[in-house]
Amino acid sequence: MGESKIYFESGKCLGCHSCEFACAVAHSASKDLHKAHLEDELPVRRRDVELVEGACLTVACRHCDPAPCVDACITGAMRKDPDTGLVSCDLDQCVGCWMCVMVCPFDAVQPGKVHALKCDMCDQREGGPACVEACPTGSLFEATPQQFAETVAARKRTLNAEAKK
Amino acid sequence: MKSPEQRSTDPATIEVLKEIADQDLEVVWDRFEAMQPQCGFGELGLCCRNCTMGPCRIDPFGEGPSEGVCGATADIIAARNLIRMIAGGASAHSDHGRDVAHTLLAATSGEKSDYQVKDEIKLRALAAELGVETEGRDGRQIGREVAEICFEQFGQQHGEVVFAARAPEDQRKRWRQSRVMPRGVDREIVEIMHRTHIGVDNDPVNLILQGVRASLADGWGGSMIATELSDVLFRTPGWVTSRANLGVLDPEMVNIVVHGHEPTLSEMIVAAAQDEELLELAKSKGAKGINLAGICCTANEILMRHGIPLAGNFLQQELALATNVVEAMIVDVQCIFPSLGKLTQKVHTKLISTSPKAKFPYAEHIEFEESRAFEIAKQIVRAAIENFPNRKGTPHVPEHTSPLVAGFTPENIFSALGGRYRPSYRPLNDAIISGRLRGIAGVVGCNNPKQQHDACHVGVTKELLANDVLVATTGCTAIADAKAGLMCPEAAVEYAGKGIQEVCRAVGIPPVLHLGSCVDNSRILIVLSNIVAEGGLGESIADLPVAGSAPEWMSEKAVSIGFYVVASGVYTVIGEPLPVQGAPGVTEFVTNGMEELFGGKFAFESDPIKAARLMIDHIDAKRAALHLPGPMYEVPYAPIAAGEAVAAS
Repeated sequence: MGESKIYFESGKCLGCHSCEFACAVAHSASKDLHKAHLEDELPVRRRDVELVEGACLTVACRHCDPAPCVDACITGAMRKDPDTGLVSCDLDQCVGCWMCVMVCPFDAVQPGKVHALKCDMCDQREGGPACVEACPTGSLFEATPQQFAETVAARKRTLNAEAKK
Repeated sequence: MKSPEQRSTDPATIEVLKEIADQDLEVVWDRFEAMQPQCGFGELGLCCRNCTMGPCRIDPFGEGPSEGVCGATADIIAARNLIRMIAGGASAHSDHGRDVAHTLLAATSGEKSDYQVKDEIKLRALAAELGVETEGRDGRQIGREVAEICFEQFGQQHGEVVFAARAPEDQRKRWRQSRVMPRGVDREIVEIMHRTHIGVDNDPVNLILQGVRASLADGWGGSMIATELSDVLFRTPGWVTSRANLGVLDPEMVNIVVHGHEPTLSEMIVAAAQDEELLELAKSKGAKGINLAGICCTANEILMRHGIPLAGNFLQQELALATNVVEAMIVDVQCIFPSLGKLTQKVHTKLISTSPKAKFPYAEHIEFEESRAFEIAKQIVRAAIENFPNRKGTPHVPEHTSPLVAGFTPENIFSALGGRYRPSYRPLNDAIISGRLRGIAGVVGCNNPKQQHDACHVGVTKELLANDVLVATTGCTAIADAKAGLMCPEAAVEYAGKGIQEVCRAVGIPPVLHLGSCVDNSRILIVLSNIVAEGGLGESIADLPVAGSAPEWMSEKAVSIGFYVVASGVYTVIGEPLPVQGAPGVTEFVTNGMEELFGGKFAFESDPIKAARLMIDHIDAKRAALHLPGPMYEVPYAPIAAGEAVAAS
């Protein structure tokens, strides 16, 4: 099984924050939009929409390889699954030392009340990542690195062909 | 975070922002930056919340849905949203007009009222226009009947809104042909809400035409009633000198800032602030006196009639509080940040709300009643004085102020040109015809943190002046121009072309004419109609070498103003685009199609120089169409095709 990641095409992002919203709901106790905002412990989103030099950007864990957070983890709670490539935090082992928070180059790990919180690719969720599902313009999409590389190559070929015309 | 210099070009604003940089005081720019990025669906006009089958949104990139659940396309959704904005704006202006009509009615009927008719000359002129008998009747009798007629405009069900008759015949013909002549103010607004309900009007152009009709009911109805009856009640403005910017606040005095829009209460505050007993009380608290200043259009109303200084425009409302010297901010309606309440928890200022229509968090509510207006005004001023000893923190009053001359109206601007005893628009028309004045521009509108504060207002204005386009202004643009020193007669020498300089020197006017608050944009409509009536410049407003601009607009009121100005025949360039750009059909109609029907259209341009040049190009094209010569003197942005156009025709 190939490693699947969430990719992002910035030109299509309209900054509507739907991905942030869906992420918070997916990580709530109720998984229900109309109840999530009423929960005692409010759900924390693991994705941020930011404006960088006039372009919208949505940022979450990149599930890096090698992942600095995995190297920095003192208890071994942060692990990378060799089969799926998913970087996840074992909440039973996490002691909240926030080394992962400090070393993440994307600022994509957040200190929760007790544990580190980060994108888990919605691995327990039917239908895959909630952010991808919520994205109204297809700006966020799921692909393996190979598929992504092929998409980029195909796009380049089209652009080159257009440029030649 | 953007630096104070990136946020604003106004020196006083920059200074206060720097002073409070290390304090825990949140202002509008902080919230604006935290809000980034803002939702593109909203910006493009592509989301609909009009029923609960939705919310729906259209994917402008063509991958997601191209229709809402009901089947509404991008054009239908954007058109519905747009005209609901007009409904909001026209309601705000018109409800303001209704309140003034009510004040006049109370003042002239048996009801107990602290108000009276202060301008009987204007009242009698209005009465004659409205067909009210004036022979042998006193001001109260005439006033009552005029108030009743104005009141009726709101609930009128058929016919035409009465002041529409002031528009040139050609313009009225266009309105009737397109079936947008407003029948009654409230009716047109209600019809917008009906048509935009799920499953009613689903033709984008038909929807926008109803928006046009409601906007005309605002400009030639509600707003015009507000202006005319305010003049009757509080006196038609005359030329006044004053000062503008936060530096008008005086650390040694009790500072009261009025903020909002309606003149009714602020007129009484002006009187109460001169009350001997209250002045004594202020002195007993250690203050040198009572200093009144204004923000937003309330400021413009009392500047125009009393010369009360302008503390600042829309984006400066929080900064006034951050100076630590404002004892009370008195607010009524429109453009008042809800954030002010939270801010008063950190400074000593009291926020006092006065309208039953507008309450605010953490505000003390002292409700205004017309029958006890002066008593309530005194109560409010007293509350401010009592708060003087509670000052805390270091005063941060910037030194910046600029002198200004304001108080222009259709009645008095150009009478000056003809001399006091020969009031006439003739000299103005002649100045345009000869090319001494290339044209006239109305630059109006709000502030918007999307633009650098005041930069676009001042940028557009200066570029127009340099090119001999005389500028008329209202609202927050007027305050921006005043702060930038463009509203004193000397400004003509520094900023204007030779043609404007000659006119200003001859008459003693500044190159930028302050016509009042945002409801007073109705004064601009009257000026334009008077120019047409004077003759020599075409048959309709659409023929005139004029253009409009709202460089930093943000409110629904501005959308309504934009539409009535465009539908009255004026090419109008606005800074932030209307939220319709995801809808190609709607964009095409407002930026092109409207011109064929009404003679005016919108253009979107946020760069102030480019915006001004679009306006100048339009003015030159209109001059060429009228076979007028080019500008009399050399101007930095020379006409491109005017010479050729004249030669060809």
